[in-house]
Amino acid sequence: MRSQLARFAVRRVLSMVFVLFAVSVLVFLIFNVLPGGDPAVRMAGKAHTETQVEAIREEWGFDEPLYVQYGTMMKKLFTGDMISYFTEVSVTEEIRKGAPRTFALAIGAAIIWMAFAIALGVYSALRAGRISDRVLTVLALIGISMPAFWLGAILSYYLGYKAGIFPNGGYVEFLVSPTEWLWHLILPWFTLSILFIGFYSRVLRSDILETMGEDYVRTARAKGLSERRVMLKHVLRNSLIPIITLWGLDFGAVLGGGAILTETVFNLQGVGQYFADAIGQLDLPPIMAVTMFGAFFIVIFNTVVDIAYAALDPRIRLEGGSKA
Amino acid sequence: MSEAGRVPTLLEVHDLEVSFNTEDGVVRAVDGVGLELKSDEVLAVVGESGSGKSVTALTMMGLTRGPNASISGTAHFEGTELIGASDEELRRVRGNRMSMIFQDPMSSLNPVYRVGAQIVEQIRAHRDVSATEARQRAVELLDAVGIPDPGIRVDAYPHELSGGMRQRAMIAMALSLDPSLLIADEPTTALDVTIQAQLIELLRKLNEERDLSIVLITHDIGVVAEIADRVAVMYAGRIVEQGTLDEVFYDPQHPYTWGLLGSLTRIDRPRPDRLPQIPGMPPSLLEPPVGCHFRPRCPHAFDRCQSVPDLNTRLPEAPAHFDRCFLSPEQKRERREVGDGT
Amino acid sequence: MARDEEGHVSGRLLEVKGLSKHFPIKSGLLIDREVESVRAVDGVDFAISSGETLGLVGESGCGKSTLCRAVLQLIKPTAGSVLFEGHEIVGLGDRQMQPLRREMQMVFQNPQASLNPRKRVGEIVGSPLKLHGLASGSELKPKVQELLDRVGLSPEHYNRYPHEFSGGQQQRIGIARALATRPKLIFADEPVSKLDVSIQAQIVNLLVDLQKDLGLAYVFVAHDIGIVRHISQRIAVMKDGKIVEEGAADRICEQPRDPYTQQLLSAVPIPDPRENRTRRAAAARE
Repeated sequence: MRSQLARFAVRRVLSMVFVLFAVSVLVFLIFNVLPGGDPAVRMAGKAHTETQVEAIREEWGFDEPLYVQYGTMMKKLFTGDMISYFTEVSVTEEIRKGAPRTFALAIGAAIIWMAFAIALGVYSALRAGRISDRVLTVLALIGISMPAFWLGAILSYYLGYKAGIFPNGGYVEFLVSPTEWLWHLILPWFTLSILFIGFYSRVLRSDILETMGEDYVRTARAKGLSERRVMLKHVLRNSLIPIITLWGLDFGAVLGGGAILTETVFNLQGVGQYFADAIGQLDLPPIMAVTMFGAFFIVIFNTVVDIAYAALDPRIRLEGGSKA
Repeated sequence: MSEAGRVPTLLEVHDLEVSFNTEDGVVRAVDGVGLELKSDEVLAVVGESGSGKSVTALTMMGLTRGPNASISGTAHFEGTELIGASDEELRRVRGNRMSMIFQDPMSSLNPVYRVGAQIVEQIRAHRDVSATEARQRAVELLDAVGIPDPGIRVDAYPHELSGGMRQRAMIAMALSLDPSLLIADEPTTALDVTIQAQLIELLRKLNEERDLSIVLITHDIGVVAEIADRVAVMYAGRIVEQGTLDEVFYDPQHPYTWGLLGSLTRIDRPRPDRLPQIPGMPPSLLEPPVGCHFRPRCPHAFDRCQSVPDLNTRLPEAPAHFDRCFLSPEQKRERREVGDGT
Repeated sequence: MARDEEGHVSGRLLEVKGLSKHFPIKSGLLIDREVESVRAVDGVDFAISSGETLGLVGESGCGKSTLCRAVLQLIKPTAGSVLFEGHEIVGLGDRQMQPLRREMQMVFQNPQASLNPRKRVGEIVGSPLKLHGLASGSELKPKVQELLDRVGLSPEHYNRYPHEFSGGQQQRIGIARALATRPKLIFADEPVSKLDVSIQAQIVNLLVDLQKDLGLAYVFVAHDIGIVRHISQRIAVMKDGKIVEEGAADRICEQPRDPYTQQLLSAVPIPDPRENRTRRAAAARE
């Protein structure tokens, strides 16, 4: 049975490697081949000279066959000599600088939103139909529909600029000052979490209510287990499986620079904000690189989620192709 | 059965009423049920869906309690009053002195835990024993209910067992604290007939060897005939007839019982041209008919049936045979077409 | 009709020969390849004549339902032949099957799941009539109401929704829908197993009456041997995708020859306490 899970994990990791390769090919095609026209001209930007374009064409080998072009792109990406022709700065270097900021935002927010979502989801399910449940439903809907840039701006303005409780955006390295680091991240964390808390707590609430009607929960009560144990070991354990799946996927997306609005509003200068700036200038190399960076995390976390899912629900392992 | 009077009573239910508030109105699922179960006895509660048989059983276990349920009546079990018991008192009884198994063994076991772990969990909820001891006990239990290789199966997940094995595992779990009462709610309905026969045999063995009393909830008269000592027939929330197995099968007193016995198919007898059928369908429990609940479907109904007949003994020679029908014993023997034991 | 000792009648409506349906099992570390197959239906032969009922019994997973679907070409058989009124139907395209679908209908186990909850009874029963061009416009309603009457429902039920009916009535709607195209053969897959005992008899009797009036043939699939025996002239016993024994219904029940049939029959509970005691006492003496 253990080996079944191991087998499943190996299969998933192998297919993940394949998917990562496919994604890189796709990114290459989308940016350099499919649009038609001269990719070197697009990369050089609006104000370019013929010499610049020629240099870019030479550098990226756009005269060469496609597979050579792909190889050149991947090499540039990993060796760090992919540069933006607007800023003349290494793209890889920029991502390396932004990544810790993005990770700090993502990890902190993911813990906060999961903790609050579980607490509120469980509370709401146990109080289903009562006033407190209804109030939470309304709050969750407000949270889900509140745009991050608006919420971020409001918090930043009132709690930061006006009240001076929190800093007005920006980021401080953890090693420079742990307290300042924390202080600068609290508002971004909550801004990013609100939407997820609203959404996750609703999903968890309905999963719990559904699980409470399962036959095995009735069995657990019939066994004479305490209500607390029935809720924790049977209801919550089984209801958490879908939430953990969602969490893994969203966490991967945020790690990969998906929290563009939050990063920008609080001027965290993470990967997401770098991406937003690059899009604003139509600066192709960073857009390509961050797309790859994001896809990398999404694909990896997809795999992690699949394996976690199989570990949490033994029935899943059978569907991996092994004989029933 | 002549000794029945001297055997102590294990479970005694009086005037049990259970109703649920639903969006459509109040459903009177159980309407004045009384039952008595002696030690070592198998009591079958027979009825169709909506007859209240499962709700009665679940109520004994405290599993129908909830904000939308109102429950009244009494149920004495080994010195505990189940209906009025606090949740904590009831928790100590169920799974311990009194266990229950259900219709669908797949959905009744938690899919994410190993079978052994689910048994261990029950043992440790009631006894202060180590995990190793409890696991050893789980292996013994799986062996006792006829699961091959119990030392290996103890680590299997429910989906890795066949339907019959899952139900055996449920039974093993139910027996883990050596209860005096097992409530089995349609335990074989979801299973194939050969597996059903094996499980009935297992239940009979447990009843004989472990002095386990069983309340068997079922719609299957064939299963009843294989294992029950006494039978209670339920219809639309009420018991309409109660007696020993032979009394109910060979001298049935209620027209509903006649219909039920009559609509059986028997593979060991020549087949009739037509299956005898009960016309109509069971009443809605939102608005049950006035008087006898079977009246609208009963070919023998007369004006007295507008009032509710009591569950009484009506036969002088059978003091433990009760029924809810106003017809005289002579009229009944004249009119029924089944159950003469021929 | 002339019958031989096993109850066979000459002049076959449906003849199934060597029918198989295998499902591949795939496995592999990265790329799946077929390692073996499940022989859900494995070389099945049977035949059925007009107005006759063939009972198909067997335990869950024996291939009963797969067999029905393979005969009806709802799934593609792996091998074998199915002759309907002498014409091969294996390999026919959807368009060529269309007129034959009129002749062979199905009644399902779970009436609630097989009726579209958003459609009214009139639409459910009327849609096969429209689909096969048997009625349209103003002829539709009286035809549907006649069908409802035929299965013991009332014409006023025309505008109701399935959830307003009990399980037994829903099964009647399913039967009316199957009858709409005036089929010659109906596959009934566990049609009464989800119903209460007192309602089962009503549906079985309805099927018997319809057979007498309309000359229908049934393939009646069920695990309840008592009911199968009641409705069938012949019974086929299935195990692991194969028919292990076939014969006249009474003969199968009274003198089963195949060991599996014997085992299956001995497991059927006898609703007779005295007889059970005798049987148990006899078993104990052995």
